[in-house]
Amino acid sequence: MKRVYAKEEYCIGCRLCEIYCILSHSEYKNDLIKAFKKSLQRPPARIQVEEEGALSFALQCRHCDEAYCVKSCITGAMQKDPETGVVFNEKERCVGCWTCIAACPYGAIIKDETSKKIASKCDLCGQNETPYCVQNCPNGALIFSEEPPYKTSVKGGE
Amino acid sequence: MAYVIIGNSAAAIGAVEGIRKVDRETPITLVSSEPYHTYSRPLISYYLAGKVEESLMVYRKKDFYEKNGVKAILGCRAEALDVEKKSVKLANGQKLPYEKLLIATGGKPFIPPIAGLDKKNVKTFIKLDDVKEIDALVSRGSKVIILGAGLIGLKAAEALAEIGAEVVVVELAEYILSSILDEDAAKIVQKHLENKGIKFELGTTIEKVLGDEEVRAVELKNGSTYTCDLTIVAIGVRPNLELVEGTPVTTEAGIVVNDSMETNIPGIYAAGDVTQGYDMTYGEKRVLPILPNAYKQGETAGINMAGGNAKWAEGFAFNSISFFGLPMTTAGIVNPREEGYQELEKCEPENNLYKKLVLKDGKLVGHISLNCIERSGILTSFIREKVDITNIAEKLLNENGLIVLEEELRHRKLVGGGAA
Amino acid sequence: MALSYAVPNFLIERDESRCIDCQVCVRQCANEVHKFDEDDEKIVSDTMKCVNCHRCVVLCPTKALTVREFPLEFKKNGHWKSDDIKSIYIQAETGGVLLAGMGNDKPYPIYWDKMLINASQVTNPSIDPLREPMEIKTFLGRKPASLEIENGKLKTKLPPQLELEVPVMFSAMSFGSISLNAHKSLARAAREVGTFFNTGEGGLHRDLADFGDNCIVQVASGRFGVHQEYLDAGSAIEIKIGQGAKPGIGGHLPGEKVGPEVSQTRMIPEGSDAISPAPHHDIYSIEDLRQLIYSLKEATNYKKPVFVKIAAVHNVAAIASGIARAGADVIAIDGFRGGTGAAPLRTRDSVGIPIEFALAAVDTRLRQEGIRNQVSLVIGGSIRNSSDIVKAVALGADAVYIGTAALMALGCHLCQKCYTGKCNWGIATQDPRLVKRLNPEIGARRAANLLKAWKHEIKELLGGMGINALESLRGNRLMLRGIDLTEKELEILGIKAAGE
Repeated sequence: MKRVYAKEEYCIGCRLCEIYCILSHSEYKNDLIKAFKKSLQRPPARIQVEEEGALSFALQCRHCDEAYCVKSCITGAMQKDPETGVVFNEKERCVGCWTCIAACPYGAIIKDETSKKIASKCDLCGQNETPYCVQNCPNGALIFSEEPPYKTSVKGGE
Repeated sequence: MAYVIIGNSAAAIGAVEGIRKVDRETPITLVSSEPYHTYSRPLISYYLAGKVEESLMVYRKKDFYEKNGVKAILGCRAEALDVEKKSVKLANGQKLPYEKLLIATGGKPFIPPIAGLDKKNVKTFIKLDDVKEIDALVSRGSKVIILGAGLIGLKAAEALAEIGAEVVVVELAEYILSSILDEDAAKIVQKHLENKGIKFELGTTIEKVLGDEEVRAVELKNGSTYTCDLTIVAIGVRPNLELVEGTPVTTEAGIVVNDSMETNIPGIYAAGDVTQGYDMTYGEKRVLPILPNAYKQGETAGINMAGGNAKWAEGFAFNSISFFGLPMTTAGIVNPREEGYQELEKCEPENNLYKKLVLKDGKLVGHISLNCIERSGILTSFIREKVDITNIAEKLLNENGLIVLEEELRHRKLVGGGAA
Repeated sequence: MALSYAVPNFLIERDESRCIDCQVCVRQCANEVHKFDEDDEKIVSDTMKCVNCHRCVVLCPTKALTVREFPLEFKKNGHWKSDDIKSIYIQAETGGVLLAGMGNDKPYPIYWDKMLINASQVTNPSIDPLREPMEIKTFLGRKPASLEIENGKLKTKLPPQLELEVPVMFSAMSFGSISLNAHKSLARAAREVGTFFNTGEGGLHRDLADFGDNCIVQVASGRFGVHQEYLDAGSAIEIKIGQGAKPGIGGHLPGEKVGPEVSQTRMIPEGSDAISPAPHHDIYSIEDLRQLIYSLKEATNYKKPVFVKIAAVHNVAAIASGIARAGADVIAIDGFRGGTGAAPLRTRDSVGIPIEFALAAVDTRLRQEGIRNQVSLVIGGSIRNSSDIVKAVALGADAVYIGTAALMALGCHLCQKCYTGKCNWGIATQDPRLVKRLNPEIGARRAANLLKAWKHEIKELLGGMGINALESLRGNRLMLRGIDLTEKELEILGIKAAGE
């Protein structure tokens, strides 16, 4: 499936991906100013930039083929869409027990306590062609692709 | 070809999904003594506290059985197993022949041999029916004694306190949550629970149960006495081995399985709380009564039952639990009892925060993350992937992240997600 | 401590109704202008540190920022402009030479803008380049005085030539003065478009070893990074005598910029200053230059054209004649607007002459001496757009170098602070956090796009003149007319006045 991949050598740590992630999941999909100024409780970004010295990258849910979060979910709220491969969390059934957080090998699931406690994670921006984070990365450090940018001898995670 | 699954919780559902990964056709018969559509057992405390409705407790959607070609026989106990004839006899007299059988009968509460614990208002806290009964017995101001300060006992205590009951927790160990925390972390959690009105009696147990038909009070070994309207026994679960008793299926603490989740009898598999499967952190077979483990074991069993190939190699304990908004995640070995382990700790009781990393030969084998659970799955994955964290342990003690990894491993993580 | 008299140069205006406190500006400014004030929970900006590079303005997702000249005015004075006054305050404080980056920014006349291009009307037809073939391929190198043809085939053996698909090359900028990602961007763009980039005096990084077919390797007074493989790697060799931004002086790459990669590429110790002497210490005459030219030709088996690059100075025509006679295949002349990573401000702004005059003078002189065919002329240091190029070719240039314009394609906003090493656009810096801001894939695409766009425009302009090959425009000064020029200026440029 197409995933969002980070190219750490071009990540500039600006965190526009986080900002546009918040926009994508706000009620104002095309208006950053409204999304930030009118939403009193902004949910957290579902993509997270890690930075240390010159190294930085943004990471969000890998939408694992064999997703630990789905298998660990105590309520069945966390699911993998058999058609699209997107791992998604069904808000209504999520109780915020955070077992998925304890399970995710990437640390990609985020506590959202803005209203009811729920596990929040990348949903690849629903049906959008290219997720907001990728569209708005100023330096091509995020790609939306079938092919990962790094060849590694061992595949990571599940 | 016929699959029979005894059980209807995480391991059983995992097995259905595992079978269906390989075999979309062959019918599956699933038997459960409980009359309910598959539901999430850990949600019973949420149900009791009024945080979820029964309709939202389903572990899989209502069309799950139909979609997966499962004939579900609910509310009917599997009573006997005939290994020779390959059939399971149900309480209604029906005999179910099988070619591949999964035993996922889970655990049953352990009731200590204390006289009087068979009285009417003594309850356990495992099933939906348990909390329905408790719900009918308690109201604001009810006095409740909970025996056992483990995960189940304390979730019950939290739920009961939230609905206004006066809760006293009695625990034989010197500190609470001894299966997932160490003493320092437990002290922090205990204080937090005490601030919410829960009373603890540690290092003692019930000496005497007072009352006729019903328990009216308990006398503790340390001399204290508490009156009560309800007693909940939550000192642990034991594998529910009744079905295999008297059969050639090998059991120790639980049903012993190999890395295919198969028992010593070919064609008979077991998964979940009833089994004794491999724990990679201890390097031995243990009962691991936690839901994610049950699901994965069930799935592994299911794949193998259907002729696929899956291995159970990475089991170990991991938990995530919160009490009154204080979250904690733990995994692996948190209280090493032997030599050869290295322990790093960060203890900030003033912030209700505690973190501990347990290393063996430079590799992470366990962690406690109290009130700092963010991204702690990364630690869980380091245990699973046997990552040497010698050089990054100090950093991980402050913050979980992938940036601390060497390039090769970091890139592996960045491109993760695809099937291994 | 005594009070500094420095005042801000720029004013940052933040539209609070648009600012969402996302702090992208905070994270992007290497000069640490913007800060999030935890107490007031808002971003505050320190105007003193702002260099007006526009990084924050461009990256701001809500376009809440703008930068203006600081409105403070000195008392009106016809002689003392604010820059003059501020310079005195700085030098009185520091006692040092004033440094500057990029090119001379003083309001001297721009002669490109005083020349107008011809177009065909009625008597000879103009050409539509989209419908008819148009040749702008250019060969750089010495051309024989005559050609011998035998049986329809060329018999004369041609000296080595560089083949350009577009008459524009990226001028010499060293790895060290600019980042490796900037070099990679230019190298890839040169390959894509079919032209050349120039290593400058910084050697060729091993990552770019494959780009030799699109690379001119430079040999300058410090001889950094010069070895046999390096000479072999390039398609041509350029001897740098001078640079338009700082004629008469050498170069100085401060030790802080000499990290492991620069050190390896230049073959100098890490952290040591890389000082290029003002002259080549083995060249004190045209004869000495000839020796170096032939040493390099000898070293590369006479397979590569040798360029000699000089700054446009007063006596440029005679010097160029000497260079041609010394055996150079190409003379590159850098005008007084040419850029630099660092130069003394007074040199940058006051030394040298406009490239338009230098070009016209050199072309005229070489023609008069009958040796124009012996060298190709490449000019640089001022080219801003395709019409500047067309005018340059009409004045006699074979091709042009672009440096400043190329860097602008990569993101340069001409703040002229290259010498600080804090280029927020990842170009004139070796700080790995800043270097990664320039993704060479994006940089290469942008630089290549610029050349492709100019190529289209050059064809349009040629077609308008009824010319279907750039070769027919070379030195064709009748295609130019001067406007607002004195008789003398017209004479030097060799063009008629508009209306003539």
